[in-house]
Amino acid sequence: MKPESAPPDEPVESLDRLLRLPDPLPPCTRDELLGLYRQMALIRRVEELAAKAYTQRKILGFCHLYIGQESVAVGAAASTSDDYWITAYRDHGHAMAKGVSARAMMAELFGKRTGASQGQGGSMHIFDKSVRFMGGYGIVGAHVPMANGIAWAARAREEERVCVCFFGDGAANQGAFFEALCLAELYRLPVVFICENNGYAMGTPLHRQSAVTDMSLRARGVGMTREQLAGWDVQRVRQRVAAARQHALSGQGPVLLEIVTYRYRGHSMSDPAKYRPAGELEQVRERNDPLTLTRRDLQKDHGLDDAAIEAVLASVEEEADDSWAFAESSAEPDPATLYDFVYAPQTTSLAADTDLSAARPQES
Amino acid sequence: MATLQIREALRRAMREEMIRDPSVFLMGEEVAHYNGAYKVSQGMLEEFGELRVVDTPISEGGFAGLGVGAAMAGMRPIIEFMTWNFSFVAIDQVINSAAKIWQMSGGQYNIPMVFRGPNGLAENLGSQHSTAVDSIVAHFPGLKVVTYCDAHDAYGLLKSAIRDDNPVCFLESELTYGQKGEVPDQEFLIPLGQAKVRRPGKDLTILSWGKQVLMVEAAAAKLAEQGIEAEVVDLRSLRPLDQEAIYASVSRTRRCVVVHEGYLFAGVGAEIAARVQEVCFDHLDAPVLRVANRDINQPYATVLEKLVGPSIDRVLAAAHRVMGKASPAESTGTNALTP
Repeated sequence: MKPESAPPDEPVESLDRLLRLPDPLPPCTRDELLGLYRQMALIRRVEELAAKAYTQRKILGFCHLYIGQESVAVGAAASTSDDYWITAYRDHGHAMAKGVSARAMMAELFGKRTGASQGQGGSMHIFDKSVRFMGGYGIVGAHVPMANGIAWAARAREEERVCVCFFGDGAANQGAFFEALCLAELYRLPVVFICENNGYAMGTPLHRQSAVTDMSLRARGVGMTREQLAGWDVQRVRQRVAAARQHALSGQGPVLLEIVTYRYRGHSMSDPAKYRPAGELEQVRERNDPLTLTRRDLQKDHGLDDAAIEAVLASVEEEADDSWAFAESSAEPDPATLYDFVYAPQTTSLAADTDLSAARPQES
Repeated sequence: MATLQIREALRRAMREEMIRDPSVFLMGEEVAHYNGAYKVSQGMLEEFGELRVVDTPISEGGFAGLGVGAAMAGMRPIIEFMTWNFSFVAIDQVINSAAKIWQMSGGQYNIPMVFRGPNGLAENLGSQHSTAVDSIVAHFPGLKVVTYCDAHDAYGLLKSAIRDDNPVCFLESELTYGQKGEVPDQEFLIPLGQAKVRRPGKDLTILSWGKQVLMVEAAAAKLAEQGIEAEVVDLRSLRPLDQEAIYASVSRTRRCVVVHEGYLFAGVGAEIAARVQEVCFDHLDAPVLRVANRDINQPYATVLEKLVGPSIDRVLAAAHRVMGKASPAESTGTNALTP
């Protein structure tokens, strides 16, 4: 922690701290890159099936798809697989990248008891404690302060772990986000904040919701280290998140990364995204599609042929179809469990070392 | 048996729990170097250091959210609001995060934390520093809501709140931090959700909680002089609510008055009155009455301020009315200033 009452140690102008660490990881091996490609393809395929299931009313409520942004979550997972993650409502891709199975994901969307959150959460609230996936949250920006607490706990226990906190460009206008940045830098917490700038806060394009469109500049006012990078190259995301992690664990404080990306679908399934300029989506998909770019790298740098790629995609298709079948055949939550999630059962004794006689209410 | 101020009883509870469990820490505005805005945490920084008694910037939403995250990750934070009035800029973290994460994670992440600070009427603090949040926080499943009227209960209840595996809203009062009371030297806990009969009686039941309990006891003493034996029950916990204690007392006395801070309209008293009438209807000899804040925002001037909250005179009037005695008791349906 910063010593209290420490005077500013440098002029304000120099508070623009860029993440200057070089790429810390060796380049991806062929198998590693193929693994990232497969994970991105699986997320996309599961999301496509989710869209289909939504139109068949097998998935209800709100459903925000991650198609187009896959390289961000998958690249980040490649360098923070053992760390804590917390994210917003567009959480399907993050959950799967962090290790939630396609089955548990799809079953949660179908509202089944085998779902990641037992059918209690739904699309926006995927949780999996076993892989330190601390949830998706539906109040924009509100989970960002929680990342600080997760990091606080990790540091208190002297774990070599950061908390990776994902949120969108829209959340970077929320008060909770600004408060979280202030506290994270003040306490030098091991947090990697990742602003996934997909260009739109629901239907409002970035330039109409923020006077500053490089959202990493939000770090400057609190003296936080920052970097802006393009998000469609999964290998670049992997390296820069690794660098941010290294910085955050070094005790020098958190990092704000703005990772520029694009969502191919509307804000949610009910949004046809007609606010987009004509041709914008097609142009992004043509130039910056994470799957296409990684496929090209696999072929160019690692000599994979089309047959090898198609074999991977076939296995992805199978796994995604299996997730649907699993979700569909799983049991609904038991109505008898309706009241099971009001209070957590007490696991620590309230009375073990205590004489309660003085505390009992007087009988009248 | 030691005589402690309530602030000392609260401090003793926090100290003991921090010594017992290294995952407990205290965080809030001015809790460390300033020793607490109301000196509840006096000396704790010296004892526990900056990583466990933590000053924050003026950023309630930020540090309340930090507490929630730390609780998810296995700590037991005590988040102090300098007053619950300031919790409104952080209430999203209390209601949408702390109260809901156990449920929406399908029972994977519980939130063992305490939000605490002074609540309700103070003296001449004006409109924005006098709010009672009882009904707001009690509205939501997932939160526990606890309060006390003396040093004994403040100590025993806060210890239980810290050890509880769920988020607890712990409502204190700046007016009573200096109030002295006896607290046994031996450690004890008071389970959450147990009401306490403060004064037995047979003629009517007066339910209350927080610092109003002491005023109600004084009113009960006056009633006794008039030959009316009021049973005074301190609920101590609004969530969970000790319904059995309420129904048992009211079924016996057949009359009930609920006295609390906060407003009548959608107040906690409305909930209790509804439940009592539903469960004890056949035992009731009179309508359940409520004495609470009048339906106005808190004025500053003393002459006006004193008219807002519950008072001995208003409790006496309500008690007379449920006893069928002629009384100019106020009616819920009017805004008349009576008596």
